[in-house]
Amino acid sequence: MTWLNDVVQGLLLGGLYALFATGLSLMFGVMRLVNLAHGDLSIVAAFIALAIVDAVPVNPLWTVLVVVPLMFGVGYLLQRGLLNFTLRGADPLPPVLVTFGLSIILQNLLLEIFSADSQGLDAGRIEDASIRLSDRLAIGWFPLLTLLVAIGVLAGLQLVISRTRLGRAFRATSDDPQAARLMGIDNRHLFAVATGIALATVAVAGLFLGIRTTFTPSVGPTRLIFAFEAVIIGGLGSLWGTLLGGLVLGVAQTLGAQLSPGWGVLAGHLVFLAVLAFRPAGLLGKPVPAQ
Amino acid sequence: MSGPGVRTSATAPAGPALRVQRATIASRVGLVGGLLAVAVLAAGPLWALDSALRTLIGFFTLLALAQMWNLLAGYAGLVSIGQQAYVGLGAYGLLYLADTRGLNLFLSVLVAGLVGALVAVPTAALAFRLRGGYFAIGTWVIAEVYRLIISNVSQLGGGSGLTLRAASQFDRTARLFATYELALAVGVGAVVLAYVLLRRRLGLALTAIRDAETSAQSLGVHVYRTKFLVYLVAAFGCSVTGAVIYLNLLRIQPEAAFSVNWTAFMIFIVVIGGVGTIEGPIIGTIVFFVLQETLSRYGAWYLVLLGAVAVLVTLLARRGLWGLVADRTGWSLFPVQRRLEGSGEPQGGAQVDREGPSEER
Amino acid sequence: MLLEVERVASFYGGFQALFEVSVQVAEGETVAIIGANGAGKSTLLKTVVGLMARTTGAVVFDGRPLGGVPTHRRLGMGIVMVPEGRRIFPSLTVEENLQVGAHQTRAGPWDVGRVLELFPALADKRRRPGTRLSGGEQQMLAIGRALMGNPRLLLLDEVSLGLAPIVVRRIYEAMPEIISSGATVVLVEQDVGQALRAADRVYCLLEGRVALQGRSAGLTRQQLSDAYFGMRA
Repeated sequence: MTWLNDVVQGLLLGGLYALFATGLSLMFGVMRLVNLAHGDLSIVAAFIALAIVDAVPVNPLWTVLVVVPLMFGVGYLLQRGLLNFTLRGADPLPPVLVTFGLSIILQNLLLEIFSADSQGLDAGRIEDASIRLSDRLAIGWFPLLTLLVAIGVLAGLQLVISRTRLGRAFRATSDDPQAARLMGIDNRHLFAVATGIALATVAVAGLFLGIRTTFTPSVGPTRLIFAFEAVIIGGLGSLWGTLLGGLVLGVAQTLGAQLSPGWGVLAGHLVFLAVLAFRPAGLLGKPVPAQ
Repeated sequence: MSGPGVRTSATAPAGPALRVQRATIASRVGLVGGLLAVAVLAAGPLWALDSALRTLIGFFTLLALAQMWNLLAGYAGLVSIGQQAYVGLGAYGLLYLADTRGLNLFLSVLVAGLVGALVAVPTAALAFRLRGGYFAIGTWVIAEVYRLIISNVSQLGGGSGLTLRAASQFDRTARLFATYELALAVGVGAVVLAYVLLRRRLGLALTAIRDAETSAQSLGVHVYRTKFLVYLVAAFGCSVTGAVIYLNLLRIQPEAAFSVNWTAFMIFIVVIGGVGTIEGPIIGTIVFFVLQETLSRYGAWYLVLLGAVAVLVTLLARRGLWGLVADRTGWSLFPVQRRLEGSGEPQGGAQVDREGPSEER
Repeated sequence: MLLEVERVASFYGGFQALFEVSVQVAEGETVAIIGANGAGKSTLLKTVVGLMARTTGAVVFDGRPLGGVPTHRRLGMGIVMVPEGRRIFPSLTVEENLQVGAHQTRAGPWDVGRVLELFPALADKRRRPGTRLSGGEQQMLAIGRALMGNPRLLLLDEVSLGLAPIVVRRIYEAMPEIISSGATVVLVEQDVGQALRAADRVYCLLEGRVALQGRSAGLTRQQLSDAYFGMRA
């Protein structure tokens, strides 16, 4: 029953995808901004971790303590210093153009600084350790950890959104930014916090990616695409939908790869297109208003 | 009495003497200058070096792509980062039609364009379910799908690609000249196509959609249909251009033909030159080529610079270089705006014997 | 003088909505702004609260000029507006809508408990999504949400819009308690009678200018309708 093993591996892979997708989903939810540099920023985080590990011989997992707060700060400053200015007015072009430009800038900066060589983060034995459930089914410790972290991050974020003052401010601003200002909510600061959180989560995702597999400066856009597919499959406006979307995508890719090695990614794309065609609101999304 | 320039009193309607005018002095100068320039360029094979012709092929094809992207984003509000899909489809359409099917090369280029437009139909149907930034990524995903599918078709060369053989039946120089004229036609054609489209009602509809979509809809503008049509036209344009590009390059590989860099260049050109104007992409292509000739040896730093310039221009000079010029001078080389000319004062009913240019019929 | 609006002009893009409007509101008094549709009443409130992108003239609150102070900071100073159309947040429950009104915790007597005492109709609907209420209840919620900001200056924009007279009356019955808690109230009203009953002084706007002002008790019906409709003497 290799298909069961594939499904399980797919779910574990989906955990990583959900982690990537969380930040994208949050930013869109709060400020309707799609950050095309989202994937590249996760790779920036991976390279920062690499730089730290090169300087200080420590297990890459520990770099979380530095990389996450750092990327939160980067996200806050990025939003406050650049992206907020693209949100003025109803023009759809500036956010796309600026974040696309940012993506190009980041990829090429990384290329210049670190070269195009394939890099990896070595987390030691945890990468290979696995739990053997049966003679055909084994669950890797690290993929399992990734999935658990993804679920934890999503649950934590969901808690923040539903139970805290910050979460209420997020929801209110998402509903009606102008009325939110009347409540004393500072949009510029709130958006920056959202981006900070988004980049903090995508930094963890980048870190885990770097441990799980190799990376180069140009793999960012692929990460963006998978994150985007996870969000759309799961449905806009639902964080748990993003988790589900990630899982579905992971399973689709893994099963597709079983049919033929080149078909994994394509299978994911096709599932995404199918959802777009037959259930545009996504699996857990709110119904799309009539155009 | 009647005749040119004089209106008879009996038939003159009471009402404001207003005329809809489009041409400006700058545009009239531009038209003459443009025709001259095209004539000179068309004679290129007579006076230009082969290397210059190759550069110009690159210039005109990139200009055509930029005009198409501008049509989508600057006028229809559709920001696509998946136009490379049609460049690739044009290239592979050419490959299939000319090599596998043995169709005449130049006809293949045209039919490749139609193939692109055909594929654009289901593409748009899907992609239009997304909006804004998600629409942008969605078009990219779809481009990736096309790339992956074609990479898996071994008759088309699979992942490693094929070389266009149908072209080798022609002598090198003849092929270069023919490709050059084709590229010139495509470049000029794209500019003319954009201009013609925007002069008609479609143009007004597009500008209305761009400015205020819901208001446009309430006035009866079929927003969805209009956007769909523009998307098809852009797909056709990009596919034809893609075919010409690869008629020149000859080696067709999925990674290159479907590379997102095509769209990145389109975006850069349009943003720098000026989104939403026809003059903008022309200026942008010139700037792009100058930058490429001078700076591309700096490798990745060159691209960092391009990206940074695009970001700065988007934020600080939203209407690009042409926007800066047009704001200062009021020029419009491709006037698509309609102006009302005339005094606007109602005329009396009975006695009208005014001299002046005759009414438009 | 708690609020002084001095020769203010406000613009929506190229369109001028207010022309040299001057208004004074003393602390503790209740002022009504009346006028026909499009007279500029809501625009005036928006100018005070900082939502107008382009405005000239001065708005001075408690001696401090507000030029350039962003809306969220004005709330911190105690200027709170109940916007036209209520603008309840659909993603928040009734209770959460109230809580977000206290996003900036300002000292004062109002909290969720006291608001629910003022508007008991909301009490058993605390957990409902904010927009799943009747029009009148939504208006109460919007006012309650504003009170959570412990306003010194409370701006009410057309609270009676779209509501049945009996509901409007019930809402206005809450006014005395709101005023006694320390809020100075400026209300924009379509219902002239209601405005006169609730307010000490009245300004009547016509096409972006002040056409009439005075104590509500001292204005005649003739004066009011002349100013309202723009009849010239």
